[in-house]
Amino acid sequence: MLLRDGLTRLLQAFDFDVVEAVDNGPDLLPALLRHRPDVAIVDVRLPPTQTDEGLKAAIAARAEIPGLPVLVLSQHVEPLYARELLTDHAGGVGYLLKERVADVEQFVATVHQVASGGTAFDPEVVAQMMARRKPLAGLTAREHEVLRHIAEGRSNAAIAARLFITEKVVSKHINNIFAKLGMPPSDDDNRRVLAVLMFLDA
Amino acid sequence: MTLRGRLAASLSATPDALFAIGLGLLNPAMLAFWLAGLVLSPVPALGPELLGVTTRVVRWRADLERRLSTRAGVPIRRPYLPAPAGAEVGSRRWLRWIITDPATWRDAAWLLPGALIAMVLSLIALAITVYGLTGALLVPLWLVLGGVHVGYGLFWPTANDVEGMLALPQGLAILAVGLTVTPLTRATHLRFSRLFLAPTRSAELRLRVARLTLTRADAIDAQAAELRRIERDLHDGAQAWMVSVGMTIGLAERLVRRDPTAALKLLAEARAASTTALVELRHLVRGIHPPVLAERGLEGAVQALAMMLPVPTDVRSHLPGRLDTPVESAVYFAVAEALTNMTRHSNARKAWVGLRHTEGVLFVEIGDDGDGGADPGRGTGLLGIERRLNAFDGTMAVSSPPGGPTVVTLELPCALSSPKT
Repeated sequence: MLLRDGLTRLLQAFDFDVVEAVDNGPDLLPALLRHRPDVAIVDVRLPPTQTDEGLKAAIAARAEIPGLPVLVLSQHVEPLYARELLTDHAGGVGYLLKERVADVEQFVATVHQVASGGTAFDPEVVAQMMARRKPLAGLTAREHEVLRHIAEGRSNAAIAARLFITEKVVSKHINNIFAKLGMPPSDDDNRRVLAVLMFLDA
Repeated sequence: MTLRGRLAASLSATPDALFAIGLGLLNPAMLAFWLAGLVLSPVPALGPELLGVTTRVVRWRADLERRLSTRAGVPIRRPYLPAPAGAEVGSRRWLRWIITDPATWRDAAWLLPGALIAMVLSLIALAITVYGLTGALLVPLWLVLGGVHVGYGLFWPTANDVEGMLALPQGLAILAVGLTVTPLTRATHLRFSRLFLAPTRSAELRLRVARLTLTRADAIDAQAAELRRIERDLHDGAQAWMVSVGMTIGLAERLVRRDPTAALKLLAEARAASTTALVELRHLVRGIHPPVLAERGLEGAVQALAMMLPVPTDVRSHLPGRLDTPVESAVYFAVAEALTNMTRHSNARKAWVGLRHTEGVLFVEIGDDGDGGADPGRGTGLLGIERRLNAFDGTMAVSSPPGGPTVVTLELPCALSSPKT
């Protein structure tokens, strides 16, 4: 498949070690369980059924190995799938449109982000989720914007750059978000995941 | 039947019996009128027109009988062949359509015997009821008012006040018999009418062919319109953007040596244009066959749909397998349309979708707790959906009393394949 070969080359060029590339659904889950990769990149739709076997395998693998980092790619994004990927409340999840690979540097940054336990959701999923219901209770427009960037997988520094504010202000916003969502102080990464979950699940 | 149901049937059957007698009186006149029209039909100018009018009157009468009968629980469907397209009232073709339709003759044959049976049976039922009422009310009343002894039931004439008062229980019993008998006589005369007024087997087949022709034409029209829309969207959207991508890359190629900075800028532009093309393609694909429908089937796709609605929507589904792709797609778009209408017009606070497949029929229910008053005749969206479902012999019903709730029900005969693994 076009994308698989391209991705393998791209990742190798960025010093990733590609342990295996499978071309069908049934082989995927055993491969994930055997290699326990630092990060898996999975297409939702795989042969032979061309349905959602890739996604199912990714979710099954995470049930076996909690928190196994998975970056799911697809031709289209479906908020339903985003929610399913998030239901185990563990980080290390990404869900992007295939075309985002074109922005190579951003894509590689996202792979690292997911590998290190963060979350990264495609702006289009986030936009779709935003469009449907009223904003989370109590969040200001600015805090909402910050939360959207967190959902898309941006670091504090990246958010600061986007919104033309300092990192300090960003972390202040983030602390306010955590407080308003009723999350007690704890491991920051985990809270980020939970906040994204609440945001996407509202 | 429950006691309440029986009582309701009796209470509606009694006025129906009166009505049946009144209508029965019209029938002989109608037959005479129609026969006159038939005999005069060869007369130029006047004849065909007259037959047209008389036939329409007879059909109106027969349709009234069918409606009353259907309401009373003896459904009778319309048997008439559809009018030939473009035939003017009174023209030769139009006349032939009337004359060759067996239903025309069956209607005429029904007019007299139908009226006779209906009137005799209704009179018997009414007579029992009225006699019962007389015993229960009038006889005791006369007795109390002036000690008038008249005959009633077993006592004829009544010899004393006790026998007179016994008219009351007798009357009540007879009234009960009358009220019980009336729905039965109604059903009997309507069944007799059905022998004449319902479509014959061959008429049923002809009607079915006519319906299939219509729905097939609709389906082909809808498909052609869909293809035209896709062509236009591709032409104005993705295709146009890809042309721009190609042009921009070509320009960048020319500039790459002379002005690398400008070439880079052009390449970034080309990439942005290719992204736009992809966005357009995704929208288009979603409108043709949503990917989630292909991946998850109807159940998953409806769940995905419900999740995106501003109104909290509960999906209750039990489909142990997948539907055929065309059915799946038609039902999906039907549900999507109904839910869109719901979010736009109903002011609902919550909604639900039910999916169920029993005995070869798919039942879909889309309901909400909103304002109600939805008119299926007004929304062109719903009409389009109905036409699309009709191609699969599916039906759509909308119940939406003012004040709500609104419930849209879809029924579609279809097979369920074993689940994909």
